[in-house]
Amino acid sequence: MAQLLIFAFIGIMWVLILAGGGILVTLVSKISISGYGDHLDFFIASIIKAVIALVLVVFWVLVLTKLKNKIFQKQIRA
Amino acid sequence: MQDYIIAGLVSSAIAFFVVFGLVPSLIKSLNKKNWAVKDVNRIGGAMVPRPGGPVILVGIIVSEISLYFLLPQQINTRGLVALLITTSIAFVVGFIDDRRVMSGWFKPLALMGAAIPIIALGAYEPNLAFPLFGEVKIPALYLGLILFMIPITGNTINSIDVMNGIASGFVMIASFSLAIVLFILQNYTVAIMTLPIAFASLAFYRYHKFPARIFPGDSGALVLGAAYGTIAIIGRVEVIAAIALLPAIINSFLFLSSVKRIVEHRQVKGPTIHTDDHKITTTKESNAPITLVRLIVASKPLTEKEIGFTIFRLAIFSGILAIITAIISGVQIWPSS
Repeated sequence: MAQLLIFAFIGIMWVLILAGGGILVTLVSKISISGYGDHLDFFIASIIKAVIALVLVVFWVLVLTKLKNKIFQKQIRA
Repeated sequence: MQDYIIAGLVSSAIAFFVVFGLVPSLIKSLNKKNWAVKDVNRIGGAMVPRPGGPVILVGIIVSEISLYFLLPQQINTRGLVALLITTSIAFVVGFIDDRRVMSGWFKPLALMGAAIPIIALGAYEPNLAFPLFGEVKIPALYLGLILFMIPITGNTINSIDVMNGIASGFVMIASFSLAIVLFILQNYTVAIMTLPIAFASLAFYRYHKFPARIFPGDSGALVLGAAYGTIAIIGRVEVIAAIALLPAIINSFLFLSSVKRIVEHRQVKGPTIHTDDHKITTTKESNAPITLVRLIVASKPLTEKEIGFTIFRLAIFSGILAIITAIISGVQIWPSS
């Protein structure tokens, strides 16, 4: 049973990776800034994208931690 | 295509036979120097020579250099040079850690240095490809990604090197999966550059499998991990390469989320103990870290061999997910930016 749960956890991680990529491509990569000059616009947009990407990674880790606790609760307690 | 097939066969054979042929001499030499560590899972605790890293490095370097002569027109020279230098630096980092116990931060920071040749040689494309959704152009962010990728792949493989044969067997399965992925994506040159890692791992596994006659050590694990990470970057398959490594990534994730700091595994309590019939089971210590092996033996005690095969099944499952991801990469449901 514990081994089946590990396979399930890998499957969930796979889906989360694909979904996370989707959010980055469809939403985050579209962000653009204008009005500060070409170089500054690009720089500010890059910083905003980087911050959002980092927040997404932290969120992803938190989701995984919650899932890990839920899926492996019995095993971890044991 | 015929050139690729010949180059693939020759370089794979070189990687396999160099490692297969040199390991016995290395074992003798290490035994003479008394460079051996106790195999804590073996009945009686046999002393096993370490590290096997030098032979793995030589096998990979010789076979990769052979590709330069076998495919002079097609080979990605900058990628090849970056692979050789990054892997060699990772070996030095691992060898230092094999000989002296360094702090938990030493390897991640030193491996960031190993990633610098990839940036300096420009052996990358600053677009991150996401299956199904396309690519994202992230020139500045991608440099940071390279600096993190090599420490992550290196330490991830190192952290799964917990029992006989696991690190070499795991990298063998992940590298074969990655080679298939690159063939599916028609990146034939980098696919062939991946084969020496797979075949060097296969040859080393012959001596590393239970009961191990040699351990790869940190130098061997970091060489395999850094080479795998470099291939992922120059092949532009970072996300798919991570999918093939998922069991090892889960192991690192479980460890870090339970220990909550970057620390050498030697400095924390063992997550498993031995039963009277010398099987491996989970420890009763509440503050011991949670690892992949601890979860595998949570329901019932298993032998070292059984644990190894369970991890290989997980690696094959992740490899299949990586291959499925490569196949569906042709389907794009969102235009890339």
